Amino acid sequence: MRRLAGWMLSLPALALVVLALILPVGATIVATLLDTAGYGAFFGSGFRRTVLWRTLEIASITTLISLVVGFLTAFVVSRAPPRWRSVLIIAAVFPLLTGVVVRSFAWLIVLGKNGIVNNALIWLGVTDTPFSMLYTQGSVIVAMVYLFVPLMILTLVGVLEGIPDDLIQASASLGAGPAATFRQVVFPLAVPGLIVGAVLVFTGSFTSYATPQLLGGERQMVMGTLLHQRAMVAFDWDGAAVVATIMVVVTILVVLGMTRVAKRLNPMAT
Amino acid sequence: MRSTVPLPLTLFAVLVYLFLMGPLVIVIGAALSDTSYLTFPPQGLTLRWFEKIFEMAAFRRTIVTSIQIAFLATAIALVIGIPAAYALNRFRIQLPGWLSTIFVLPVLVPEIVLGFALLRSVATSWELPIFATLLIGHTLIVLPYCVRVVSASLASFDFSVEEAAISLGSPPLKTFFTVVLPNIKAGVIAAFILAFITSINDVSVSLFLTGPGVSTLPIQILAHVEQFFDPVIASVSVLLMLLTVAVMAVVERTLGLTFLAK
Repeated sequence: MRRLAGWMLSLPALALVVLALILPVGATIVATLLDTAGYGAFFGSGFRRTVLWRTLEIASITTLISLVVGFLTAFVVSRAPPRWRSVLIIAAVFPLLTGVVVRSFAWLIVLGKNGIVNNALIWLGVTDTPFSMLYTQGSVIVAMVYLFVPLMILTLVGVLEGIPDDLIQASASLGAGPAATFRQVVFPLAVPGLIVGAVLVFTGSFTSYATPQLLGGERQMVMGTLLHQRAMVAFDWDGAAVVATIMVVVTILVVLGMTRVAKRLNPMAT
Repeated sequence: MRSTVPLPLTLFAVLVYLFLMGPLVIVIGAALSDTSYLTFPPQGLTLRWFEKIFEMAAFRRTIVTSIQIAFLATAIALVIGIPAAYALNRFRIQLPGWLSTIFVLPVLVPEIVLGFALLRSVATSWELPIFATLLIGHTLIVLPYCVRVVSASLASFDFSVEEAAISLGSPPLKTFFTVVLPNIKAGVIAAFILAFITSINDVSVSLFLTGPGVSTLPIQILAHVEQFFDPVIASVSVLLMLLTVAVMAVVERTLGLTFLAK
């Protein structure tokens, strides 16, 4: 009776997820497996292999930079006096709630021909003619790091707050310098949070569309923009389905892989 | 008590926050610039780019569509998500563990893949108007927020209160609305806000599910930027930032902002 009531109440939401997510995504993946010629076309094309490689590279670099920057900043936030801590948390939430399009677009203004970087370079006398820094791998990575650092900070602040001050002071009073304390005390305790953050940032940047589209354009095509281009410009739906499947597989592999790493590194897990 | 944070690290954090805020300040500046191209610092000050947004039919139309979709998707997701969250908490022992995982799936599947898969299904087997498909896509991506946030507030609700009401003769449905719902109000508001802003800002799902006459604001922004490099987009961005401020104000009133950090 209670079991039935539980099922009845979950049914509408369950039906939506099954009908509009599991079946369509499942059908897309299964279609590529029935006729594997699509994979031949994907991996036989030097261009598409480059796109996959470039996307993995951009996602890896973005994850690495966001980890370092987010970790150091989150540590400062977690040790700040309570009033400052809430200000700093709000300052990280604000960009996170402001859409991806707005935040990527901001970098068009920063890096564009009449942008602040060019104006500064001209003012400093470094160059006379403004040049565009857009549509390079660097511009995509800068904007992605910008996109994901707030997420990393918020993921890590909670974990770092859980590390008692006494522990850090004990380490210092026993003669460890700040760097040694950081490496040997704070870092190991933050590993679970770092792994969650890394998964979020890697999968987010690997599957992003708006940022690489605005700042990388055709020249820096990545998996997301390739999927859109195959489906909506070339109308090659079989090709698009292959790109989609590879994106799902990479996402699942990263999530599973990192969960394993997390289990191995976390001494508390059984 | 001695601070545990070395000074260089504090300076580094200050720089990071300047990096986070800088581009948004630049967008505001560019939106006010009296030039026909995007530049910073602004040259001259004007509000005409804000007027221009509403003079352009494409922006007027997509703003309306975005708000409609966000409201409807959030409402539907709450109507089906609240009972699911209730069931997951109330009948935890009777229901299989994978059921709660199912409701997190829309977050795990890349949004852009979901958008493409929905497009494929619509074209091949369903016969739905584009607006309906867009609505389904948005309902899916906001559902996890609704289920998770409402679940979190139900987790701290004492169900024996509900049982007491029922044993005293209150009908179950009435009990839900008069006893349970008022107790999880904050969670429902938070879920609404988070879902609404997620839908308004979505690109990856909408990308495939827009068609002739039906498009959302972020998609329109992307299309506009590809052709023109004028301050209109900067002023639209400022409007979206104001929306974020409004959202944060509501969350601060209902739950306190530390809620968002979780």
